[in-house]
Amino acid sequence: MTEFIQTLVSGLSLGSIYALIALGYTMVYGIAKMLNFAHGDIIMVGAYSVISTVALSTNIPGIVAVVVSIVVCAVLGVTIEFLAYRPLRKAPSLSVLITAIGVSYLLQNLALLIFGSQQKSFHLDFFDAIKPIYIGDVLINGITLITLVVTILIMIALTIFINGTRMGKAMRAVSEDKEAAELMGISVNKTITVTFAIGSILAAVASVFYGGAYKYIKPTTGSMPGIKAFTAAVFGGIGSIPGAMLGGVLLGVIEQFAKAYISTLWSDAIVFLVLVIVLVVKPTGLLGKKISEKV
Amino acid sequence: MSDKSKSSRLVPLPTNAFVPERDVDKDPILEARHLGIDFGGLTAVDDFSLIIGRTEIAGLIGPNGAGKTTVFNLLTNVYQPTRGSIMLDGYNTAGKSTHQVNKMGIARTFQNIRLFSQMSVLDNVLVGLHNEMKENMLAAVTHLFGYQKEEKKAKARALELLDFFHMADLADHQAGSLPYGAQRRLEIVRALATNPSIVLLDEPAAGMNPSETAELMENIRRIRDTFEIAILLIEHDMNLVMGICEGICVLNYGKVIAKGSPEEIKANPQVIEAYLGRKDG
Repeated sequence: MTEFIQTLVSGLSLGSIYALIALGYTMVYGIAKMLNFAHGDIIMVGAYSVISTVALSTNIPGIVAVVVSIVVCAVLGVTIEFLAYRPLRKAPSLSVLITAIGVSYLLQNLALLIFGSQQKSFHLDFFDAIKPIYIGDVLINGITLITLVVTILIMIALTIFINGTRMGKAMRAVSEDKEAAELMGISVNKTITVTFAIGSILAAVASVFYGGAYKYIKPTTGSMPGIKAFTAAVFGGIGSIPGAMLGGVLLGVIEQFAKAYISTLWSDAIVFLVLVIVLVVKPTGLLGKKISEKV
Repeated sequence: MSDKSKSSRLVPLPTNAFVPERDVDKDPILEARHLGIDFGGLTAVDDFSLIIGRTEIAGLIGPNGAGKTTVFNLLTNVYQPTRGSIMLDGYNTAGKSTHQVNKMGIARTFQNIRLFSQMSVLDNVLVGLHNEMKENMLAAVTHLFGYQKEEKKAKARALELLDFFHMADLADHQAGSLPYGAQRRLEIVRALATNPSIVLLDEPAAGMNPSETAELMENIRRIRDTFEIAILLIEHDMNLVMGICEGICVLNYGKVIAKGSPEEIKANPQVIEAYLGRKDG
């Protein structure tokens, strides 16, 4: 039983990271109707921003590094959108997709140039500030606890933002009908910019937790969690915000259980197998809505 | 047709346009000058000129495929015109984006209803109202007092607008779940929420039965009288067009073939030909 709960906790923690990244995919897809395959690499940039900031001086608190990383990622996300995707707003979706893959490789190779291919250790002071706690025999690390709590808070804040604020309503309106939204006085470009900023901020936060969980980063660090989070977004129903949250958490839990009870080697295959099964049974994902084409 | 007081004779303007007599002394709200647009060599609309008075109810009619909706898309800068210019409230809209043109005072509804169907009725109206308020991200995030107060005001205004069509009690329903007629009305409310000086209605009576259409006609007049705005509508229902429009513009193959009052249009041989074909043809 202890092992079961222990696995569940680590699954929830990993799932939280996937969920944070998946939110970026799903929001951008929902609003800009594009798959931003460079999103995973924002995590890598976020992680490098953190360690570069910390490396500047010995007395820089970790939280400052996190803030720097958030700002860097937000600016980067918005810049990528402005330079690479905005000129293609009316281009076929395939062109945008290829561009996104290009941006992804660009970021990875820039990181390779700047930081080298050697993996770097990732550690922040506040990981140790919170002592591990025991609930019964179940051990919860400081970083695991922070991951869970912060993710829950972010999800609550995001839900309030989307449902309760003006910008949130504008985002929902744009995601339903860009042209009608424009005609209601909503700037679609501005809305998309804000979406990219939010997605990138979430990726920066995820990068801290991911680095905290895996201890090392390298230029290709972003691609695997990126793919997994994209899977999670599709799993939950791409375009659906609660779907990305649920998909991310479930994916993390399934992965950890597969590792613990079946095979470490096969865990990824099992994760993707579950995705295939879900999509066969429910092609729109768990919480995805049926999209009826407009004529 | 009981609005003898408001309806008035059309008088010619120096520019060979017609606006209702009561609007003659005021600058027109909308003035399209020689608008034209080509799609890859195909001319969809050509030399389209139209002047609409401050509080005029105007009609844009023509056979299917005449380019009526294209004109709406031009007037709202969804399409950028290849030729010509548009003056909205005295300002040239050239180079403006659609959302900027909306802020300048033009709003529209769609032929096929395009509500934000997953959102609540109230949120649909609030989305329209938001361009009226100052956008402030920081306040939005921190929920400052002023923001809350403004939101409260917006909500009250939204309910007031919904009440205009007796829809306030539907505020919390999902827009997509409303019956057809209510969705059509909500689209008009949403357009009005952006505080326009002119509303473009694209086939507002489509799919309505005669009694619903009569109610719609009454509502259109009520909108004009209450908000003192101009209305330009595309419609195939001739009872509606002839019943409420003061000025009518007839489009065929992308060109204006006639302009004038309902009586003049009804008697115009070119219009009859466009609709029914030539006697010998």
